[in-house]
Amino acid sequence: MKSSSTQAAELGAAAGVARQRRRRRPSVNSRSGLTPYLYLLPAFVAYAAFLLYPLIRAGQISLYEWDGLSLATFVGFDNYVEVLTDPELRASFVHALVLIFFYAVLPVIIGLALGAVLQRARVRGLAAFRTIVFLPQVIALVVVAIAWRQIYAPDGTLNSVLTSLGLQELARPWLGDYLLALPAVGLIGTWVQTGLVTVLLLAGMSRIPGDLYEAARLDGAGPVREFFAVTLPAVRGEIVVALTLTIIAALKTFDLIYVTTGGGPGNSTSVPSYEVFRRAFELGQVGSAAAIAIVLTVMIFLINLAVNRIGEREDA
Amino acid sequence: MKRQPSPIAKVVSLAAVSTLALSACTPGSNIESSQETSAGGAEVTTDIASLGEITLSVWDQEVRGGQNKQITRLNAAFEEKYPNVTIDRNSQSFDDLGTTLRLALSGKDAPDVVQANNGRSDMGAFVKANQIISLEPYAEAYGWKDRYPESILQYSTYSADGKTFGEGNLYGLPQVGEVVGIFYSKSKLDKLGLEPPKTWAEFEDALATAKKAGEVPINLGNLEQWPALHVFGPVQGAHVPVDVITTLALGNEGVSWTTPENRQAAKQLGRWAAKGYLGKAPNGTAYNDAWNQFASGEGVFLVAGSWLAAGLDSEMGSNVGFMAPPPVEAGDPPVTTGGTGLPFAITSGSDHPDAAAAYIDFITSDEAMQVLADTGNVPVLDTASYAPESGVLKDVFEVYGEVTTEGSILPYLDYATPTMAETLGAGLQGLIAGRLTAKEFLQKAQADYEEFINSGS
Repeated sequence: MKSSSTQAAELGAAAGVARQRRRRRPSVNSRSGLTPYLYLLPAFVAYAAFLLYPLIRAGQISLYEWDGLSLATFVGFDNYVEVLTDPELRASFVHALVLIFFYAVLPVIIGLALGAVLQRARVRGLAAFRTIVFLPQVIALVVVAIAWRQIYAPDGTLNSVLTSLGLQELARPWLGDYLLALPAVGLIGTWVQTGLVTVLLLAGMSRIPGDLYEAARLDGAGPVREFFAVTLPAVRGEIVVALTLTIIAALKTFDLIYVTTGGGPGNSTSVPSYEVFRRAFELGQVGSAAAIAIVLTVMIFLINLAVNRIGEREDA
Repeated sequence: MKRQPSPIAKVVSLAAVSTLALSACTPGSNIESSQETSAGGAEVTTDIASLGEITLSVWDQEVRGGQNKQITRLNAAFEEKYPNVTIDRNSQSFDDLGTTLRLALSGKDAPDVVQANNGRSDMGAFVKANQIISLEPYAEAYGWKDRYPESILQYSTYSADGKTFGEGNLYGLPQVGEVVGIFYSKSKLDKLGLEPPKTWAEFEDALATAKKAGEVPINLGNLEQWPALHVFGPVQGAHVPVDVITTLALGNEGVSWTTPENRQAAKQLGRWAAKGYLGKAPNGTAYNDAWNQFASGEGVFLVAGSWLAAGLDSEMGSNVGFMAPPPVEAGDPPVTTGGTGLPFAITSGSDHPDAAAAYIDFITSDEAMQVLADTGNVPVLDTASYAPESGVLKDVFEVYGEVTTEGSILPYLDYATPTMAETLGAGLQGLIAGRLTAKEFLQKAQADYEEFINSGS
């Protein structure tokens, strides 16, 4: 930290000298502590213009009732009260939390298992396998959603497979089922996120020194023990990163819902970011949309803060 | 090195202060409501050639085959008639236009002519915000009220404050008509030994016969939530008086969803779903999949809008027919959901409202109706007289003509309130899945309607 700030100051001084030479006039800034921040200014201006300003503006709009066209009326925290009291809006936040299980928890479990097996087996063609597992990440989510909509359709792939296995009583309109639509959408998320998580964890596992495993084996640890004693602690950092990324993806899910179910059947798959879009662009309730967006932002921030805190604490 | 915490604090506080200053104004206060242009509508001219060089910016959603053809042809003809006018066309899909129009109208460079959906969440909101102008002076100058029947004009008529829908000033003119009816497979009816039903009771009997024979009685793909509204519309039309439905659908005061008649309608639809008349998984099937299944020979009836006619015609040829939902008593005039294509309106930010009005007049003239018919669209005026020789399109033209002249056309139910599409969509999915009883479904609709009426908007 200290070295980097000194470095920056030196750089700043060097730039100041260069400027002095050109201008042949001593610059006041060259010696003040302000110079390093001047270098940050362009990035900060972009950050402020495209992130801070919209965020603050959204916060302000969330205090109004506004149709997006005419003059807004100030309503204080009414929009937030609505987020907390409207059962359908509350349900949408619960749905987002359910999606965390499918987007984050499940992929991490699958990724750990896959990674551990691949790491031990030292299979040939690991690179090819990694690419295949990672592939869903590369495909645009809208394409993924359309493909899965076909799979889940009443006459779709999943139901025909079930029927051909003699399990036709299990076949159902997955996306039209009140109880199963949300898990069905969630499993698409699992499919997409597992690749990312696995690749992350594999990278972490490949860094574990081989002698650690050797030592464990000498102490008589089996594969399971080895996994919990060596592998798992070593990739804790990667797990935190994976959880952070996938939880954010879960909470801001929009395209999957938009394309597959549109929040239906009933409201059983509506999620906060879909509500934001619907209210702002379709229903003309911009204030309420902004309030949901702010609540969602705070929620993402807090959950990820918690994940990172837990990760760090156990690290120490 | 000397630590100076102040610069960072300075930068941050400066940024915070300036951001706050930038955002201090109330949302919406920077939007011009251009009252003066709408008030200045007293002097209108129909002499466009004398206006000098003009560029008219038009935003439409006529993107599909025949739609695009007709508007391209009409635009070219208009430019030929008035060489001093250049049309700057911007076309987007229905969904895209719906979501971008709000932003476009509140910006500085608003287009002159826009296609705005009739309902309260679009046209109603624009009227309330003074974003589009009353066409009354032009309607008088061009005689539009003689050209169009009242039943069509009511869909683009609002009170000046946007509170009442269906009465007040005219804000837009549509080019095409659309009507929800029943497509039927002729070969399937033959196989089942059935004729196209003449009464509503016959229709229900036909559904039972089809079900018994192992056919899908009605193909419904309701994954998107809105398609069931087009089935419920005709069902409601068979049970509830026309004026009640119209008042409900326009979101005006004085009626109720929780009447015994509405209850019967909702019960009938719920019963159809429970008996499997709507296919085995309506809520899990996509709209496009459902009508494609019908086109490929699965299913006896398809309750849907006339906009599918062209697609079904090319797939099924002479095997598909289209009829209005049969009346309760044989021979009664038909009643069904329907309306018009998106009406063309003039923005209050337009610099050339006179030229814009001339354009709207031109694309809704008799010659334009002929162009519309030639390109496979359903002209909104004198529809039956443009009917082609044969095929399902002939049926569509005739049904639309019959419903608009003799019968009654019921407005789309989701016009009623900004949230009604969602309320009814989710409610009908519940009703179809058996999760909601008819009573619970109607209570949800009534709650939405009441909340809107009581909010006084």
